[in-house]
Amino acid sequence: MTLFGYRLPAMSSLILWALVWEIIGRLDLTFFVPPLSEVLVTLTSVIGTAPFLKALSETAQAFGAGVAASVLIGIPVGILMGKNRLIDELLLPWVNMFLSAPLTALVPVLMVLFGFGMKSIIITTTLFAIWIIILNARAGVLQINRSLVEMARSYGANPFQAFYKIYFWAALPEILGGVRIGVIRAVKGVIIGQLLISIVGFGALFELYANNFLMAHFWAVLIVLFALAFSVSEILAYLERRVSYYAASR
Amino acid sequence: MVMPQIKEAVNVPDMPQSDNAVVARGISKTYGEVEALRDLSLEFPRGQLTSLLGPSGCGKTTLLKIIAGLLKPNSGEIEVNGKPVKGPGPDRAFVFQDFALMPWANVLRNVAFGLELRGVATSEREAIAEKYIAEVGLAGFEKSYPHQLSGGMRQRVGLARALSVDADVLLMDEPFSAVDEQTRRKFQEDLLNLVQHENKTFIFVTHSIEEAVYVSDQIAILLPRPSRVSEIIRPTDLRHKNVDNIRRDPEYLDIVDSIWASLRSYVE
Repeated sequence: MTLFGYRLPAMSSLILWALVWEIIGRLDLTFFVPPLSEVLVTLTSVIGTAPFLKALSETAQAFGAGVAASVLIGIPVGILMGKNRLIDELLLPWVNMFLSAPLTALVPVLMVLFGFGMKSIIITTTLFAIWIIILNARAGVLQINRSLVEMARSYGANPFQAFYKIYFWAALPEILGGVRIGVIRAVKGVIIGQLLISIVGFGALFELYANNFLMAHFWAVLIVLFALAFSVSEILAYLERRVSYYAASR
Repeated sequence: MVMPQIKEAVNVPDMPQSDNAVVARGISKTYGEVEALRDLSLEFPRGQLTSLLGPSGCGKTTLLKIIAGLLKPNSGEIEVNGKPVKGPGPDRAFVFQDFALMPWANVLRNVAFGLELRGVATSEREAIAEKYIAEVGLAGFEKSYPHQLSGGMRQRVGLARALSVDADVLLMDEPFSAVDEQTRRKFQEDLLNLVQHENKTFIFVTHSIEEAVYVSDQIAILLPRPSRVSEIIRPTDLRHKNVDNIRRDPEYLDIVDSIWASLRSYVE
């Protein structure tokens, strides 16, 4: 975008919004919004502390485990649903139901079933991420060029070879699209899980800051989380663009 | 069952009786209510090129896919080298109308894919693939991806893939219909060379009368709904003539005309 003949760098609108935040904070309208500069100072002081690093590593573990489970289960299940009519009929209603279900309401049930620890958070993360991954892998398989499948069969591919040499790669652009959305949902899942269970990770941290009215700390951690989620999504979007060159020519 | 009339376009009395690489016996195939093939029988002589020619919807691709083992007939059986076909096998290789190349793999891997599926070691299969890539005139493009190639070049990749598995029978499903006219003519010439020099049996589906007469040792004319072989034509004499002159040979023109005469009533 250009303004008065000057070319503005990307995301320069963020500067404007940062200014608005700073001004509102300085006006002292509410204790809830401290000035951005104060938040940033707090951010640098918080980021190296033991509780923060502990929260970060716990969150990363739960997030990583949840995403890994969603990908490792979700992609094969989605491909199978795309290939096999019977499996599709059996599972599709459930996948669609869980995709749109308010999963937050399930978290208390999970807590009862799996305890107040990491296990419940990992399962919550998986439940948030897996359905869209399944649906996208399924959609990817459904649009595969039939003659590519016939090619594999006619040159003697067994079902397993067809699965990992043809179906997976042919559906990869859709699969990666699903993984990207799934990962974004997993970020929500891991934070919501931690907030509701609230004795581990950032959930515990948020609870601590909010109860003690440490708003600058609260915002600082929130900014870190937003930045992390955004980076993860951008990295996946980059990967997706790298394989999309062949999406059109299947 | 109506026996197809066999019409020798030219009589060559002392032509050696070649054995058949592929035999179709009483093949019937229905898709739901639609009868695609009815009691179709046909023999494919070894080392020759047989065209399946007919208007669209006459089931010629269906027959080819049944021979490939990709489709199961409702009744009847296919024999390849005397053994009944149960499914796809290493004795047959397929060339697809839309090339069916893996867009995520380069030319080398695409050509070597048939060997890869058979578990041939990487260095060995790549050596074989390189040989056939050069043979179809694509040397230097080993590392290219399909989307970087023209339609004609992509079909050469498909052809190299079929050749590299060294099958006895090559099944070609309208292989030149998706390439431009000039490339198509070059392909037809190359195909004649291939039939002469590779000791393989070719089964070639086409809807172009000229193409069929130009390249075939035997043309099976299929008529639609339900499909059966209405006529078999062997332009035997043309095969001994100079490739460059075939298209203005009076015999070539006569055969093209007579095929058109028998097909025209089936074209809507």
